[in-house]
Amino acid sequence: MRRGGFVFFCGGLFGLGLVVSGMTDTRKVVGWLDVFGDWDPTLAFVMAGAILPMALAWRVAARRDRAIFGRAMPHPRRFDAGARVDARLVAGSLLFGAGWGLAGFCPGPALAAAGFGDPKVAVFLLAMIAGMLAARPRPAAEKGLPVPESR
Amino acid sequence: MQTDWLWGLAGGLLIGAAGALYLLGAGRIMGASGILGEAAERISDRILGAPPRRAGGGSADGGWFIAGLVLVPAAVAPLLGRADTHAAAPYALLVVAGLCVGFGTRMANGCTSGHGVCGISRLSFRGIVATLVYIFAGAVTVLAMAMLGRAAAGTL
Repeated sequence: MRRGGFVFFCGGLFGLGLVVSGMTDTRKVVGWLDVFGDWDPTLAFVMAGAILPMALAWRVAARRDRAIFGRAMPHPRRFDAGARVDARLVAGSLLFGAGWGLAGFCPGPALAAAGFGDPKVAVFLLAMIAGMLAARPRPAAEKGLPVPESR
Repeated sequence: MQTDWLWGLAGGLLIGAAGALYLLGAGRIMGASGILGEAAERISDRILGAPPRRAGGGSADGGWFIAGLVLVPAAVAPLLGRADTHAAAPYALLVVAGLCVGFGTRMANGCTSGHGVCGISRLSFRGIVATLVYIFAGAVTVLAMAMLGRAAAGTL
């Protein structure tokens, strides 16, 4: 329960950051991608602001075996083993980027906007979840092969 | 607005702080597509009565995280006058976009938070490549839509 409350807080802080930074506003996201039009650099500041504390956290995490609430700390040297730039990474990111540009939503902001009462968000979210389930890697999981840790 | 970059930086710091706490506190990587995708897989398994395919502890984390991510902005955004996505795309396009984002992020194993924030911050080669690729694809898509719009306006 304490762990649940902590994780709820993390999700809430993520959502608060998305609202404060303006990333739940699709105009700002499409503006960032509109390189040849009316370009909006805000997303670069959001990324820079987010990477800073996260880079510090990775440094701290590297010296620890367990998280505070008791789960093995994910160490890059472990989950990077065997992970390389492959066709799935590139093709998936191309597909993701195309959808991102069409709607102005990526998964985090779409969830953060789920409670705004906008039916367009609901439609996007349902389609996104359907797409996620369709992409499920079946053969690897059924053969019992290790599935790489998700981000 | 002139102050948009400051709001962006401040919000970014909050996002990074959330990811840092999630890593150090819960021992997990804060990637929205992974969290939502795994939760959706668990729920679909339960509905279809399929045996769970992944042995993973702490499976309640995803539910708690999504609850915070949905409920806190729902409460706070109206107070900041920001509870508007200004989504301009018509419904049919939103369905196509949603399918692309959902399928693509799971295929690539990460999105803006997982590959972007959590990947770049540790100089992950996969994260950097994925981020460059999806920003490139997004920029090309926005350009193509603008050109299509202009062409349609010209012929009408």
